[in-house]
Amino acid sequence: MTLTRRQFLKICGGAGAAFSLSGSLIPEIVAALENAVAGNPPVLWIQGAMCTGCSTSLLNTTHPSIAEVLLNIISLKYHGTVMAASGEIAFDYLWESAAKNYGKYFLVVEGAVETINQGKCCLTGDKEGREIPFTELAKYLGKGAAAVVAVGQCATFGGIPAGQPNPTSALGVGHFLKDNDIKTPVVNVPGCPAHPDWVVGTIAHALMFGIPELDSDGRPTLFYGTLVHDNCPYRSYYEERRFAKSFGEVGCRVELGCKGPETYSDCWKRGWNGNVNWCVQNAICIGCTQPGFPDNFSPFYVKTTG
Amino acid sequence: MTKLVISPMTRIEGHLKIEVDVEGGKVVDAKSSGTTYRGFENIMRGRDPRDASQITQRICGVCPTAHATASVRCLDNAFGVKPPPNGRIIRNLIFGSDYLMSHILHFYHLVALDYVKGPDTEPFIPRYEGDYRLDPKTNQAGVEQYLKALEIRRKCHEMVALFGGKAPVVAGMVVGGATEVPALDKMVSFQWRLKEIREFIDGTYLPVVYLVAGAYKDLFSVGVGCKNLISFGVFPLDDAEKNFLLKPGSYTEGKDLPLDPMQIREYVKYSWYQGRTTGLHPSKGLTVVEFDKEGAYSFIKAPRYRDLPHESGPMARMWMTNPVLSKHANRFLGIDESKDVRFRDLGDKAFSILGRIAARAEETKLVADAMEKWIFDLKPGAPSWSNATIPREAQGVGLTEAPRGSLGHWISIRDRKVENYQVVAATIWNACPRDDNGTPGPIEQALIGTPVPDVKNPFNVVRVVRSFDP
Repeated sequence: MTLTRRQFLKICGGAGAAFSLSGSLIPEIVAALENAVAGNPPVLWIQGAMCTGCSTSLLNTTHPSIAEVLLNIISLKYHGTVMAASGEIAFDYLWESAAKNYGKYFLVVEGAVETINQGKCCLTGDKEGREIPFTELAKYLGKGAAAVVAVGQCATFGGIPAGQPNPTSALGVGHFLKDNDIKTPVVNVPGCPAHPDWVVGTIAHALMFGIPELDSDGRPTLFYGTLVHDNCPYRSYYEERRFAKSFGEVGCRVELGCKGPETYSDCWKRGWNGNVNWCVQNAICIGCTQPGFPDNFSPFYVKTTG
Repeated sequence: MTKLVISPMTRIEGHLKIEVDVEGGKVVDAKSSGTTYRGFENIMRGRDPRDASQITQRICGVCPTAHATASVRCLDNAFGVKPPPNGRIIRNLIFGSDYLMSHILHFYHLVALDYVKGPDTEPFIPRYEGDYRLDPKTNQAGVEQYLKALEIRRKCHEMVALFGGKAPVVAGMVVGGATEVPALDKMVSFQWRLKEIREFIDGTYLPVVYLVAGAYKDLFSVGVGCKNLISFGVFPLDDAEKNFLLKPGSYTEGKDLPLDPMQIREYVKYSWYQGRTTGLHPSKGLTVVEFDKEGAYSFIKAPRYRDLPHESGPMARMWMTNPVLSKHANRFLGIDESKDVRFRDLGDKAFSILGRIAARAEETKLVADAMEKWIFDLKPGAPSWSNATIPREAQGVGLTEAPRGSLGHWISIRDRKVENYQVVAATIWNACPRDDNGTPGPIEQALIGTPVPDVKNPFNVVRVVRSFDP
């Protein structure tokens, strides 16, 4: 089957039955992606200052399942958490794959770029007896990529490593590449962690139709185009000025510190983990998809003034 | 002598470099280097103490709920608040679900490819070649289970999210308890998933662990390690939080001792931190980085208990708790199923690559079976959270066990802000470098003596390291 870009956006955006049922990408996308797999450019997934949370989150993708993603959809040549190879065999394969596909591959970055001490604060592997800092890896691989997909709050905006006092001079990969005059397009898929649908949806869009429409922070509007607070299922409580004062109480959560009024994401309709729950339903939003997280949203459990 | 450098050490959390010297087909020296520093402890300073549960979860995206648990216990202690029974139980259910996720992920997705030959497609190639001993049928079953286990671990995360809001990294654990008031529909939804997962553990995971073990029996004597064990205890079973499903304690130089957290010190002679900060108890600990420090080779500090390296993790907890094992263990050991086999009956076999893997699988069953009971201890509609105010000045400690080992958080609060925050994490115990006495850490010690028949394909080296689930 063929899937038009318009249909794709509609499905990902959750218009219609798809989101309310599973909160996930639907089988039509899987079929379209599998059709394209033979010609799909390879994906290299590299990790800087990170916690592996975004990779762990990606494993939770439901439709398509992670098995389908790995085996049928993307040609994943390097991923430190899942690949069979260790050490030299693994690392050499990364550099070889990049050289062979220079200018064509998609580079996924998980984790912030730590720039202190010439980057020798985050060493990613040994090549010909030399320890390669993540800065060097990000520069070389960033330059040769068709596009960079920054996954998670750390890779996009620096995340918690960049929180005050930013002990390692950490920053997002887009910012880092720009500082180094590397002009490869960067798509930001923030979140702490990023939702698997945002990651799979963005990569799928890039593979099938090219770079999706982005907002001023480089995020696909498809997933980050709406303000949580304006669309929140608890919005009517806010209008009625009915505020929860303790966890588990009925009402809008802003008095508990909810950052929904400042946060753009589609968690309010997509939900998490097969849509069994999400942060605001359970407690509060802490603004993890926004630039400036955590500092601009901390203290988390205090009502934002103004 | 051949020097082998394994960097990156893949299929773990974070960045680790392993260096071993091989002589006469055996490892004669080993170094474990943590190669990333982020500075979470310093990022915590000056913040609202309640933010600890959110910030510190991001230390590890594979076991964020472990840091959530340690941090909220630490804050409960500093604030002087006790969660209501529902709060304690929900914390256990969230954390327990993440245990199941983490252990299943570890065996099938991080470790199995060292024993089971994956499909001949990326990312399963390239790989070490040679020492795959399973017959084609068993190997194929292993590959199929790899895929099935992906689904099972996803469902474990759905259980985490049912009470925690989302996974990985939960919204639902806060000082004073949990944020979700249990509703009957969620309890049922949780239990339905748990049933399927328990069937998988008992019918698939445990049997295949012993099946693999049967093909690699020599690995019950490889990767011995320091033979000192520590556990902080986890899953409080009573509201006073004095009794735990998995027991606290230490096994030090062959003796069982009660846990005394005051006996912990962190050394930095071989770590990239300022020398003046060595030998401190974590309650007074400091993290002051010193790049390019002479002689240092890791961003991991060297924690010591009673001044000795101690291994932590499922094997330590099972040794301390010494529960009756599953009947799969009886069958494997050839012991009549009417008899109870306890973990310590494994004897020296416990201190090995396969001892750790079997301990993890048996622990998965133990935790899952206990959770089945906990879910019915919840009182639907009753509060899960007690309100508490930030003290002007206070100290706190929160101890727990991450799936991969002993985890402690220490806080000092001044003017209602975090003055100091220190974390001694699970993998710090195991993957640490030498201490100020030059004594190697548990993974380093476990590597020494490991047979490496083929230096091009050093299977046993990576098997030893991964058996600790770093």
